[in-house]
Amino acid sequence: MMLAAPLVLEISGLTRAFGGLVAVNALDLTVQSGEIVGLLGPNGSGKTTALNLVSGVLRPDDGAIRFAGQDIAGMATHRIARLGLGRTFQLVRVLDGMDCEENVRAGLAFHPARLACGEMQEAALRLLERVGLKGYERRSATELTYIDRKRLELARVLALKPRLLLLDEWLAGLNPSELLIGITLIRSLKDQGMSILMVEHVMDAIRSLCDRCVVMNGGHKIAEGTPNAVLSDPAVIEAYLGAATDA
Amino acid sequence: MSPTRIAAAIAACAGLIVLALLPVYADAYFLSLAISLLQFTVLATAWGLFSGPTRYVSLATTAFFGVGAYTVAVLGELLAWPLVLIIAAAIGVLMAVIVGISTLRLSGLHFVIFTFGLAELVRQLVIWYEVNKTRVLGRYVFVDITQSDIYWQLLGLAVAVFVIGWIIARSRLGFALRIIGEDETVAKHCGINVTFAKVVLFTISAIFVTLVGAIMAPRWTYIEPSIAFNATISFEVVIMALLGGAHRLWGPALGAIPLTLLFEFLSARFPSASTLIMGIVFLLIAYALPAGVVGLCDNVTRRWHEQRAARGAKA
Repeated sequence: MMLAAPLVLEISGLTRAFGGLVAVNALDLTVQSGEIVGLLGPNGSGKTTALNLVSGVLRPDDGAIRFAGQDIAGMATHRIARLGLGRTFQLVRVLDGMDCEENVRAGLAFHPARLACGEMQEAALRLLERVGLKGYERRSATELTYIDRKRLELARVLALKPRLLLLDEWLAGLNPSELLIGITLIRSLKDQGMSILMVEHVMDAIRSLCDRCVVMNGGHKIAEGTPNAVLSDPAVIEAYLGAATDA
Repeated sequence: MSPTRIAAAIAACAGLIVLALLPVYADAYFLSLAISLLQFTVLATAWGLFSGPTRYVSLATTAFFGVGAYTVAVLGELLAWPLVLIIAAAIGVLMAVIVGISTLRLSGLHFVIFTFGLAELVRQLVIWYEVNKTRVLGRYVFVDITQSDIYWQLLGLAVAVFVIGWIIARSRLGFALRIIGEDETVAKHCGINVTFAKVVLFTISAIFVTLVGAIMAPRWTYIEPSIAFNATISFEVVIMALLGGAHRLWGPALGAIPLTLLFEFLSARFPSASTLIMGIVFLLIAYALPAGVVGLCDNVTRRWHEQRAARGAKA
């Protein structure tokens, strides 16, 4: 048996309710170092709430979140970010009033390991090149196309030198050729050893990128395993398509 | 340093010397006008320090100004003047930190309403204390401060607000505030302690406003809470800063100077209709200059550069 890689993220019994609606219910989830874990489920199943609990936007009602050797449940977002948790958003969020280099510097400037001004400039240009935006440093974020905005957001998040990347539907809304670029980019991050937890609906991306998937429905985890295993699981098919009535 | 930078620095120094010598050659009317101009320049610029990058509209100017003025009314005759100013600033800091911590976690709209109520809250507290504890409502300010002294202090404060604003704009704090103004959620996810950053800048801004209130206090010989806590100042400062353009350090001053002159002119020429005329002027400004004077300047320079580039391409 292979030795398991160390855990980057370990969620146990995570619960959060909004009034009577339990959005995340006793969720257990782990991400090993260097692994891509897909978080799947129909709309409203609690995936984004789970990400919000991990990144500190929401406080959990119950449960533990261990990240980078610390319990981060209920910790302030900026402290979690400084520990090395990077996150992109379902609706892409870039800083429209700034140019691309400043957008990336936003991720660099508040990292605990401070850079000198020249180093920061160099690091920002390197990160822009890394996501395929070489030569865009003086462009305003408003001038960018949709995929380039997604790339810029990713560059800003990578600037945090994350130990774990949370991608919230990063590939959603891309056309087929852009999707290919996006998948290649994420795979190249994995090849460099990045650990990723991604919420995703694009099945091709899930099959080609994820080592493991966790499927949620109604706040509960209903399946876990390799992409092919969970995507053919009857419980998962039922959750996505509804119960088969005429089978 | 580039030659233009050096030229600008020399011009700034020369301008400052001319301004500093103003009490020597100006008559009483011009000196008093210059005091009004400096007062609103500092207030609007200090307002812009915090509200420009964060886009939180603060109506707390009256509260801090009033606290500064009232501190002088209470302590002016008891302590040495520099000590009075230090105590006023310290009270301003204390109030800014308390208000900041309790309100800056709120959304922008809640913040506006809270700061609007703050001036009234502080005024009522002062009245309650004076009526029930000290049994004096209204105090005479007899301090040995001339109009020229007021002018020089305000000029020093104006220099300080621009220098500190310039430093902040180039600091990590200034960058953090710009990110917060763009998107607070992103700022948090970049590792920025947004509450701390906002409280620090709100406090720096409040120190200047409080000091303006304290320095201006000797202009009145008699101060009571309704004079010190005059709510119009909050609105005037917001309008001035927005007219100038709050997203640049020198923007609010570009609004404060013409509007102060306009106030002065209207209240002298049309004393009964001045408020009405001001209202119409504000509407016209909001309609014609949505991005303020700074936005207009940016547009003009951009067009000039484009035309030059087009001409260069043809040649």
